[in-house]
Amino acid sequence: MSAERGPLFLARRTYRLRRLSDAARMLPIAGAVLFSVPLLWEAGGVRTTRAMLYIFGLWIALAGIAGVISARLRPTESEDDPKGPQER
Amino acid sequence: MTILNVLILVCILYVVFLFAVAFAADRAALRGRGSWLRSPFIYTLSLSIYCTAWTFYGAVGFAARSGLEFVTIYLGPTLIMIGWWWTLRKMVRVGRSQRITSIADLISSRYGKSNLLAVIVTVLAVIGTTPYIALQLQSVTLSFAAFAETDPTATTLPDMQSTALWVAGGLALFTILFGTRNLDANERHHGVVMAIALEAVVKLFALLAVGIFVVWGLSGGVATTLDRIDASAIARFEVSGSRWIGLTMLSAVAFLCLPRMFQVMVVENEDEDHLRTAAWAFPTYLMLMSLFVVPIAAVGLELMPTGANPDLFVLTLPLMDGRDGLAILSFLGGFSSATSMVIVAAIALSTMVSNHVVMPLWLHFSGGAAMVSGDVRHVALLARRLSIAGVVLLGYVYFRLSGGGTALAAIGLIAFAGVAQFMPALMGGLFWRGATRTGALAGLIVGAVVWIYCLFLPSFGPSVVLPQVVFDEGLFGLQWLRPRALFGTEGMDPVVHAVLWSLLLNTSAFILGSLLSFPQPVERLQGAQFVNVFDHSGTPGGWTGGMAQSEDLLIMAQRIMGATEAQALFAEAARRQGLAGYLPEPSPSFLQELERELSGSVGAATAHAMISQIVGGAAVSVEDLMAVADETAQIMEYSSQLEAKSQELARTARQLRQANEKLTQLSVQKDGFLSQISHELRTPMTSIRAFSEILRDTGDLTAEEQSKYASVIHDEAVRLTRLLDDLLDLSVLENGQVVLHVQRGSLADLLDRAERAAGVQGGALRVVRDRVAEAVDLTTDLDRLVQVFINLIANARKYCDGQPPILTIRTAVIDGELVIDFTDNGSGIAPAQQAVIFEKFSRIGQHKAGGAGLGLAICREIMARLGGAVSYLPGQKGAAFRVTLPLSARMAAQ
Amino acid sequence: MSKRVLVIEDEPNIIEAVSFILSRDGWEVKTHANGHDAMEAVRARAPDLIILDVMLPGKSGFDILQEIRADAVYGHTPVLMLTARGQTKDREMAERAGASQYMTKPFSNADVLAAVRALVVP
Repeated sequence: MSAERGPLFLARRTYRLRRLSDAARMLPIAGAVLFSVPLLWEAGGVRTTRAMLYIFGLWIALAGIAGVISARLRPTESEDDPKGPQER
Repeated sequence: MTILNVLILVCILYVVFLFAVAFAADRAALRGRGSWLRSPFIYTLSLSIYCTAWTFYGAVGFAARSGLEFVTIYLGPTLIMIGWWWTLRKMVRVGRSQRITSIADLISSRYGKSNLLAVIVTVLAVIGTTPYIALQLQSVTLSFAAFAETDPTATTLPDMQSTALWVAGGLALFTILFGTRNLDANERHHGVVMAIALEAVVKLFALLAVGIFVVWGLSGGVATTLDRIDASAIARFEVSGSRWIGLTMLSAVAFLCLPRMFQVMVVENEDEDHLRTAAWAFPTYLMLMSLFVVPIAAVGLELMPTGANPDLFVLTLPLMDGRDGLAILSFLGGFSSATSMVIVAAIALSTMVSNHVVMPLWLHFSGGAAMVSGDVRHVALLARRLSIAGVVLLGYVYFRLSGGGTALAAIGLIAFAGVAQFMPALMGGLFWRGATRTGALAGLIVGAVVWIYCLFLPSFGPSVVLPQVVFDEGLFGLQWLRPRALFGTEGMDPVVHAVLWSLLLNTSAFILGSLLSFPQPVERLQGAQFVNVFDHSGTPGGWTGGMAQSEDLLIMAQRIMGATEAQALFAEAARRQGLAGYLPEPSPSFLQELERELSGSVGAATAHAMISQIVGGAAVSVEDLMAVADETAQIMEYSSQLEAKSQELARTARQLRQANEKLTQLSVQKDGFLSQISHELRTPMTSIRAFSEILRDTGDLTAEEQSKYASVIHDEAVRLTRLLDDLLDLSVLENGQVVLHVQRGSLADLLDRAERAAGVQGGALRVVRDRVAEAVDLTTDLDRLVQVFINLIANARKYCDGQPPILTIRTAVIDGELVIDFTDNGSGIAPAQQAVIFEKFSRIGQHKAGGAGLGLAICREIMARLGGAVSYLPGQKGAAFRVTLPLSARMAAQ
Repeated sequence: MSKRVLVIEDEPNIIEAVSFILSRDGWEVKTHANGHDAMEAVRARAPDLIILDVMLPGKSGFDILQEIRADAVYGHTPVLMLTARGQTKDREMAERAGASQYMTKPFSNADVLAAVRALVVP
C-alpha cells in the first residue's frame, strides 16, 4: 500500500506551519526568561553598560525573530482546532 | 521675538497641522481613497500611544533615579507583542467578530452582557485614567515652564493653570471633532489614528534627535558616552529582582488592559493581518524609544546642576547648550506624547461612559419609549461628546487639585496597577469556558478594593486621605491590614506589594467565584463563542481564503482514498476550474463530487459530516451548542436549544409554505397563460373582424363612417403589433440573446425622457423629483433603462388612485449602488400579489387599463441584463418600486 | 315597437360595432360599460335581451349573470354571453350560470345577429 502512495507534500507544509506557530508561542516565554537573566548576575557587580548591551541586543534579536516568524506564519482556519486533520 | 513666543507659534502651527491631517484623513477615508490609511505601519504607529509624556520625559528621570530599571516599562509590551499569537490575535478576533467597542464592552459581553460588570470596569477605568490625563497636562505645563525659565526677556512666568486649561480645551475640541463623527463606536476613526501615527513619528524622531545630540554632540561619541555612564551614579546594574519582574509583568498586563491601548489595538484595528507587522515593528519602536534614555540620563546627571529635575533632561540639555531648535523639537515630542494619550483615552473612556452609564440611564428614565423614535442617535452622540468633555475636564480638575506637584509623577505605575485588575476577567474570559459573571464580579471588586486601599489612597501621602494611624497600625487597628504590609509582608516595594496582593486576591476571587457559581445560558453561549472564536469566525480580509479549506479537504481525502487517487481527483477538479496545481476552489459542485467519492469509502453520512466539519461555518456551530448541552444536564439549556431548533423548523416550514404558495400561484398563472394570451389577442381581433365585416357588407356607409371604422381597424392592428412586440421582447430578454447598446447619459435626462414617453404631461399624475440627486452620469444601455422607467411611471399613471395622484422619484447611492425609488400615493399592492407582479401576464385585479401585463416582467428581465434589479418595496404608503443599478459597472465601463 | 337590447361590454370599439349591427337591424340598443352597477342598468333599461361580456371591470360577467337569474322581474331575460377566453371551462361555467347562448370573440356579425334574432321571441 505505502509503495503506491505519493508523498504527502501538502501535509508537510501544514506541519511546518504548525511548528512555526509553536515557535511563535514559545518566543515570549523565551524572551521573558532571557530578559530575567541579568538578575542572576552577581548582585551589584555588573556595569549598567554591559546590561544595556545585553538587553538591547536581545531586544533586537527578539524583534528580528518575531519578524521572521510572523512573516511566514499564514495561520490556517483549523489552527486552534483540536480536531485538526493532521494530528490528534 | 523671544523663544517663548516662537515656541507658542510653533505649537499653534503644529496643532493646526494636526487638525489638517486628521481632517484630510477623514475625508480620504470617507471617499474610500485612503488605502494607505489602512497600512499595518499606521496601525503599529498608533500603538505608540503607549508611550505617553510620562515615558517621553519620565523615562529619563526614572533612569536617572534607578538606572536601567526603567526599561521594564517597555519590556512588558515587547513580550506581549512578540507573543501576539497567544493573546492579541484572539482579542482582536473576538473584538471584530463581536463588534466590541471597549474593554468594558468586551468583559460585559463575555459574561452574559452584564451591564453591572461594564459599569464597574468603566468606573475603575475612569479612576485609573483621570490622574494619568492630569499627568499629561502637567508635563506640558512643566515643559513650558522650563522654556520660560531660560528666557531672560520673559517678565512674568506663564500661568501654569492657564496653559493646562488651554491644552485641555484644545484636546477636548479635537477629540469631539474627530472622535465622534460616527455614532458607531466600532467604526474606525481614521482622522484620529492618522494624527496619532504622525505624533508617534514626531516623538520618536524628537527623542532620537536629542539622543544623537547628547551622544555625539555633548559627549563626543559612543565610547565616551559609555565611559560617562560607567562613571555616573547609575553605573551599577542594581535592580531588585522583584521590581524587575514585577514591573515587567505589570507593564505587560497594563498594555493589554489599558482602555486606550484596547481602543487602538482592537477597536481601531482594520485588519487582523496588521498584527503580523506590529509583532516586530512595535518592539523595534519601543527599543528605539528607550535606546538613548540611559545616555541622556547619565550625561544630564553629570552636566546639569544638582537639584535639576531629571524628568526634564530631554528638554533642558539642549536648552543649556543653546540648541533652541532641538529643544523646540523635543518639546513637540513631549507635546505629541501627551496629546495623543489624552485624545485616545478620552475616546475610549467616553465610549464606555456613554454606552454603559449614560445611555442605560437615559433609556431607563425615558421609559424606553424613545427606542423606536429617531432621537437615540442624537442622544448617543451627545452623550459621547459630553463624556469626552467630562473626562478631559476631570483630568484638568485633578491636575488643579493635586497642585501639579511631584505626587503626580508616581501615578503612572499606580494607574497601570489599577487597570491591571481587568486582567483575570479578561484573560479568563478569553481562555476559560468555565469563567462566570459572578467570578468576574468578585475578582474585579476584590482587586479594585485592594488596589485602592494599598496603592491609590496611600499615593496621596500619609494623612491626606488615609490617616497616618492606618499606615502604622492598620485598618481598625488590625496589624495585618496595614496598606503597605498586607498580611505581614513587610519591606516590599509598595507598587510590587500592591500588584502582588491585588492580582493574587483578584485572581483567587475570580476562580473561586467561577467554580462556585452557575452561569446563565447567555454566558455559556458567549463563553463558547469567545473561547472558541477561531473555530467559527470567518477570517476577515483574505487571511487564508478558500485554499486552506481545500488543503484540509485534500489532507482528509488522502487519508481516506489514498494519496495518489486523492491528488488526481483534486488536480482534475482544479484543472476544470482553470486553476493550476492541486487545490481547486471549494465550490458547491466540487464539494458534492468529493462527498460522492468519499461516501464510496466511508458511507454517505460520514462523508457529509467530515466535509461539513471542514467547510461548514455557521456563527454558532452545532458543536458549540452540543458542548454547551453536553457539559450540563440543566434542562433549561436543553429546552432553549430545542426551542431554537423548533423555531428554526417553524421558520423553514414557513419558508416552504411561502415557496409553495408562490408555486401554486405561478401554476395558476401558467394555466392562465393560454387563456390570457388568447384574451389579449382576441379582443383587438374582435373589433377588427367586426368592423371589416361592416365595411364589406354595408353598402350605404358615409365617407365619415368609413374612415372612422378604418381607423379603428388600424388602431387595433397597432395594438396587436405592440402586444406581439412585447412578447418577442420578453422572449429575447429571457433567452439572454439581447445585445446591449452601452451609451453615456445623465439620469435626469433619462427620467425626463421617460416622463414624456409615459404620457404624464397634461394628465392628472404629478411627478415629484429631486434633480440635485439625479445629477448622476450613467454608462449603460440607456434605451433599455428608459424603457424600465417608462413602464414604472406609466403604471403609476394608470393605477395610482391617490387624490390627487402623486408619484415621487427618489434617487440615492447606497453601498456603491444607484437606488431609484418610484413611490406613488395610491393604495399600493396587496402582499399576496407583491410576489407575482413581476410574473408574465399578472395584472392587478381585473383592470383593463391597457397593456398585457408584460411590462414589469420585461422590466425585471432588462434590469437583470443591466446587472441591476427592480423590486417591489413593501411598507411604503402607496405602490413603490425600487430600481437598483451597481455603480461599479458604471466605473468599469468608463 | 322595436325590441330593446342591452350591451354590457367595456371595449368601446366592440360596443360600437355591435350597436351598429343591431341598430341597422332595427333593434333599440342600450350600452353599459362596467360590471359593478350592471344590475342597476338592467333594471333601468328593462331590456328584452342582454349581451354580456365575461371580463368586465368591477365584476365578472358570470357573477352578473347569476344576479340576473336571481332577479324576480328579469330572471328570464335571455342572455348572450361573449368571451375572449375560448376555453371549454369557460363555456361550462357560462352554461351553469344560465347563459342562453355563448359566443367566442372574434365573432361574425351575421352570427351575432342570428343569435339575437333567435333568442328574442317576437
